[in-house]
Amino acid sequence: MKNTIAERILDFLKHFPPFDTLSAEELFAISKEVVVLHFEKEQYIFQQGNTLNDCFYVVKDGAIGIYNDKTLVDQCDEGDVFGLRALIRKDNYLLNAKAIEESIVYAISSKLLEKIIINNTEASQFLIASFATNTRNPYSEEDKGTLFAYETFTHKNNSDFTEIQSASFSKNPITCKSHTKIKDAALVMSQNKVGSIVITNNKQPVGIITDKDLRYKIATGLYNIIDEVESIMSTPVITFPPNITVAEAQIAMLKHEISHLCITKDGTVNSELIGILSEHDIIVIHGNNPSVLIKEIKHATTAIRLHEIREKAHHLLSNYISQHIPISFVTNIISAINEAITKRIIHLSIAEMSETQPTTFAWLALGSQGRKEQLLLTDQDNALVYEDAEHNAEVKAYFLKLAKAINDKLNTVGFEFCPAEMMGSNPKWCLSVSEWKKQFQDWIIHPDEDKIMLCNIFFDFDNVYGNHQLVDDMSESIFDAIDHYEIFLNFMAQNALKNPPPLSFFRNFLVEDSGEHKNQFDIKARAIMPLVDAARVLILSKNIKNITNTIDRYQKLANLEPQNKHLYETCINAFKILLHSRTQQGLKNNDSGRFIDLNHLSKADRLKLKSCFKPIKNIQELLLVRFNLSQFM
Amino acid sequence: MVFKRLKRKITNYPDFWLAYIDSFDAKKKASIENTRFVAFDTETTGFDRKKDRILSIGAVSFTGKSIEVNKSLELYLEQNIFKPETVQIHGLMKNGYEEKISELEAIKVFLNYIKDAVLIAHHANFDKTMVNQMLLRHGLGELKNDFIDTGVLFNKSKHIIYKESLKEKYSLDDLCKELNVPKVDRHTASGDALITAIVFLKILSRLDKRKHLEWGYLLSK
Repeated sequence: MKNTIAERILDFLKHFPPFDTLSAEELFAISKEVVVLHFEKEQYIFQQGNTLNDCFYVVKDGAIGIYNDKTLVDQCDEGDVFGLRALIRKDNYLLNAKAIEESIVYAISSKLLEKIIINNTEASQFLIASFATNTRNPYSEEDKGTLFAYETFTHKNNSDFTEIQSASFSKNPITCKSHTKIKDAALVMSQNKVGSIVITNNKQPVGIITDKDLRYKIATGLYNIIDEVESIMSTPVITFPPNITVAEAQIAMLKHEISHLCITKDGTVNSELIGILSEHDIIVIHGNNPSVLIKEIKHATTAIRLHEIREKAHHLLSNYISQHIPISFVTNIISAINEAITKRIIHLSIAEMSETQPTTFAWLALGSQGRKEQLLLTDQDNALVYEDAEHNAEVKAYFLKLAKAINDKLNTVGFEFCPAEMMGSNPKWCLSVSEWKKQFQDWIIHPDEDKIMLCNIFFDFDNVYGNHQLVDDMSESIFDAIDHYEIFLNFMAQNALKNPPPLSFFRNFLVEDSGEHKNQFDIKARAIMPLVDAARVLILSKNIKNITNTIDRYQKLANLEPQNKHLYETCINAFKILLHSRTQQGLKNNDSGRFIDLNHLSKADRLKLKSCFKPIKNIQELLLVRFNLSQFM
Repeated sequence: MVFKRLKRKITNYPDFWLAYIDSFDAKKKASIENTRFVAFDTETTGFDRKKDRILSIGAVSFTGKSIEVNKSLELYLEQNIFKPETVQIHGLMKNGYEEKISELEAIKVFLNYIKDAVLIAHHANFDKTMVNQMLLRHGLGELKNDFIDTGVLFNKSKHIIYKESLKEKYSLDDLCKELNVPKVDRHTASGDALITAIVFLKILSRLDKRKHLEWGYLLSK
């Protein structure tokens, strides 16, 4: 029997998740049973406390707002699904759904929902995930409202990915009291053949002693073996709850530079100790992990070896991304690896130099590496600063040679040479500290477009290696100069607005209209850089030194300006989503991920990207007002 | 003429007709929210009430504001009359792939479907006439249902001050444009029935709730 209406409904639904994963027959069966609903503006579909309607909803035309009391928490437009939570939980509605404009909505019965769940894993994972995240604020959460978190669910049971398994820790940890003699504690450790002992009070962990403490503090004679353990223990201990994942454990160990974590009942130091998790426990779980990689880096003697290790890190990255490990943790780990590689290369390069080093220097990572936001292998951007010395020409020659060796090795590892030659081996960017100061002054006092661009790259420097004092002097000089030429910040803010929010008047993406990437979306220039640039100019205006990471910058701004806290937080989340999208894109296409072909994005991913544009617009408006740019332009 | 008079005298109507008539018996006007509406549309071989025939009937029913797709109706009729020039409008070919039933069978199904519902059609007179002609051909009476014409209703719903700008006759396309209803499947009977239903609901929501949401207003010409 022909059913034109159902066919049309099918034609509509098949473009949207989860229906796009269903077969034509399954979808036709659903389409036949749809109930078409019409709502006037301001009319409620359901209200808080209402008993369950036996269906969930798909917006056909118009827009439905999901409200917690009167606060809009999510907006559903064409193709969006809502009303799932109550249906799955089988209880009353917790939120209001109200038509923001006149709307036509398809209602799909819960019986059909069950059929979908039973027959199609992909669709059900989507529905479960969208149910789980349905109530979140679209702009404040990384996993925006309706549609995006489902991959986390798909992978949860996949044992290939060890990072999200719960880490198995040693139960029955060896403990002693704080007044135990060091010697007695060491005896207990030896008897039990363990490398650590936890000092407890009332079963709660107060400190820890490891083999390392015995080596550094006892064997060196700093303390006596009849002293009490209290005098040498590390305290407080870092604690976690028993369900800690491998990834969390690795991150915690890297972050605190420790090798043992205490597992307590509720994860705080104020509850009972139930186990201990050592670095070794994690290495046993699998070999391809950050701490092992960092160790391997430290032992590498050639750039080729480092290249192999960087490849492993790349593999690690793609695992992390597919597992939806929070992007800020991923950037921390990859930045730590990149930094370790760079440090190692500098060590190796210094060792190769035949001449003796004339004076101290520092190696600076610039741009995305300087901001510690580099996930994919991109061009290298770096610079070198050395202490002022009498025979500048000779000194410079030495450091140019050293920088050349470093740049070559970085290239071997996979960080390609910068086409614009922004590298330490370029005589323009291998300068003494006073030359740098002069350079910065010139940029700040006589800004033009090119110089602002250089500031954008060079002001995000991170001291990877060498004499910190030199780098501090450089930062200092930047702020001194800005203090005297405040108009510079206006130029910089103006420059931060050169890429407007990437949505056209009709809420379409702005895409490149010519060139190699025609009709592709430039996620770097149109979405990521506006956020990075805004954070930079705001943090400079606050005189904050040494914070280069964009997320950290917004965090700091949120602390400094509680009245704008919400805006800065939305910027952080948007930035995370964009970074994640770019990395995902880059991994997929094996490139820098900069250009995105919108036709290949799912509706869900498109919405996710779009949700990032509002914060961009808001932060640019803030710049416009704060730096009086309307009269400036 | 003789032939026609004979037909009128038939007293032993078939059961399905009697059942249809019976559905009106206990009729008291229900409130608008509780009334069953059927929006329908016909595709025909042309506009001549005597010579042309119904090729397809599409209908959707709703009570309140829920249009249940699984309770929609889509009929294709066997007809000996075929006009190639109208194929481009309705897309129904003489030997198309749609499963076809006889006119009498279609009448049975249609009457059983509409029962005593209030019928809604765009330019209702035409559809009403075509259906009545079909009923008469089979010796049955005319439709007894109340009718609402979306074209007429739209005209009425416009405030008096806009009256001058009103068109004499609004096509369904005009209404779709005015009321922002997406046009999919224009010129299939079912598609037009669904669009007519949505157009009706949209006009309803624009009416003055206190003055006009009552039967006298909706049904009057």
